[in-house]
Order: sequence, then structure tokens, then C-alpha cells
Amino acid sequence: MTVQELISALELKVFHLAQPERLVTGGYVGDLLSWVMGRAGQDSAWLTIMSNQNVAAVALMADVACVILTEGVQPDADLLRRAEEKEVNLLGIGADTFAAACQLGQVLSVPQ
Amino acid sequence: METIRLVYPVEGGDLIEAGEASSKMKLTLKKLGLPQDVIRRASICMYEGEINMVIHADGGQAEVEVEPEQIVIRMADTGPGIPDVEQAMQEGYSTAGSTARELGFGAGMGLPNMKRYSDEMIIDTEVGKGTTVTIKIKIPQ
Repeated sequence: MTVQELISALELKVFHLAQPERLVTGGYVGDLLSWVMGRAGQDSAWLTIMSNQNVAAVALMADVACVILTEGVQPDADLLRRAEEKEVNLLGIGADTFAAACQLGQVLSVPQ
Repeated sequence: METIRLVYPVEGGDLIEAGEASSKMKLTLKKLGLPQDVIRRASICMYEGEINMVIHADGGQAEVEVEPEQIVIRMADTGPGIPDVEQAMQEGYSTAGSTARELGFGAGMGLPNMKRYSDEMIIDTEVGKGTTVTIKIKIPQ
């Protein structure tokens, strides 16, 4: 499914949308940035509560499809600026991380 | 394709600004039309190296050579050096301070990630002199 389709399916808040047609093929949950870089798959939706600007750089390097800030977390101004600069899809959801991951798993039909 | 040499200074001090060298390199590798997986692996290695240089060594320099069959990234600093490389290579071992940890770094995954995503990694380090980490990533032909 595309990032745009994921936004509709999970009613995600859009902070910055640079590549709406990018495909999402899986998910990853984590707040430790090096852990994310080591483990997140390419084209994943990355769920995190980290909202500093390094998140944009990690998303770019790890080549994830989008970042979803969970728990209603808002990006700080620098993260928003960096997401724009680096063309990172930056989204948000009010649900807690566990609920968000479950919803993501359902819409992506990831085997439970 | 001839060998292309790129040099990126890495500024020390501000961890929040780290990633500029890696972002620029990634853009250049994309323009060169390299495979997506090679670009991703090189970018992660370079970013981890950049973070390490900012946290531990007050910056340094990254040299990237794009050869026809491989990418060689050489990250050199004049920081404190690594007293025990084997220990530093263990996942979860970190000497990073609280500021780095608050930002989501310092998980002890930097060097292990660089090893994971490279085809070859060489660490040349001397306590009190500095560290040079060389990463090689093969380009599938």
C-alpha cells in the first residue's frame, strides 16, 4: 500500500508529505535511533515517540517509507524543517504505540 | 566508471546537527545511479560514523571513494581513540554521555551496525591519537 493509502486507512495526521506514492511494506517500532537503523527494514513505516530532528536523518539513512509519531506526539520545529529538507514523510497518530502497531499490522495484513 | 572521490568535513559538538555529511553523500550516490541497497548500506554506515565522530571525537573527516566495484568510506578523527575495540564492537556497549542518550543515541549499536551493513570494516585506533574506521561496500555487478 502507498503512504497516501496508509494515511487514509489509519486516519493519520500529516505533518509533512513529500512522497505520497511511496510503498509501505512493513513496520518497525523503536526510539533508540541506532537500533532503528540496525533493524528497521527498507520501506517500513517507523513508529516512534522521538520527535527531535535526528529522526529525519535516521529516516533518510534507513530509507523507511514514513515516520509515524505515536501517542499524539508533535514534531519539534527543527524536525519539521528537516523532514521538509530531506523529503521525509512525517505523520502522526493519537493512538498509543501498541494500538498503532496493531492497526498498521492489520492494514498491511502482516501475519500475527 | 572512474573512481570518484568525495570529502566531507564532520563538525564536532552539535549532535542535533549531525547527519549533514551522510545526507550529502546519499544524494550524490543517488545521482550516480547506484543500487538502492548499496546506497542504504553506505548511508547507514556513514551516519553511524558521523554520530560517533561527533559524540566521541569533536568531529573529523569522511572520505568516500566510489570505485567501479566498491564504495570505500574512510572516517578519520583525532579523538581519544578506542582502548578496547573488541568491547566497543559489542552490541549494547557504549561510553556515550547522557545528552547523546536523551536524543536516542548511545545504544551501543553504532560500530556493530557499521559492521552489519558493510562487507569489510577496518578499525585503526590509537589511544590519545585518534581513530580511523574504513568501511567497504561491494557494488553488485
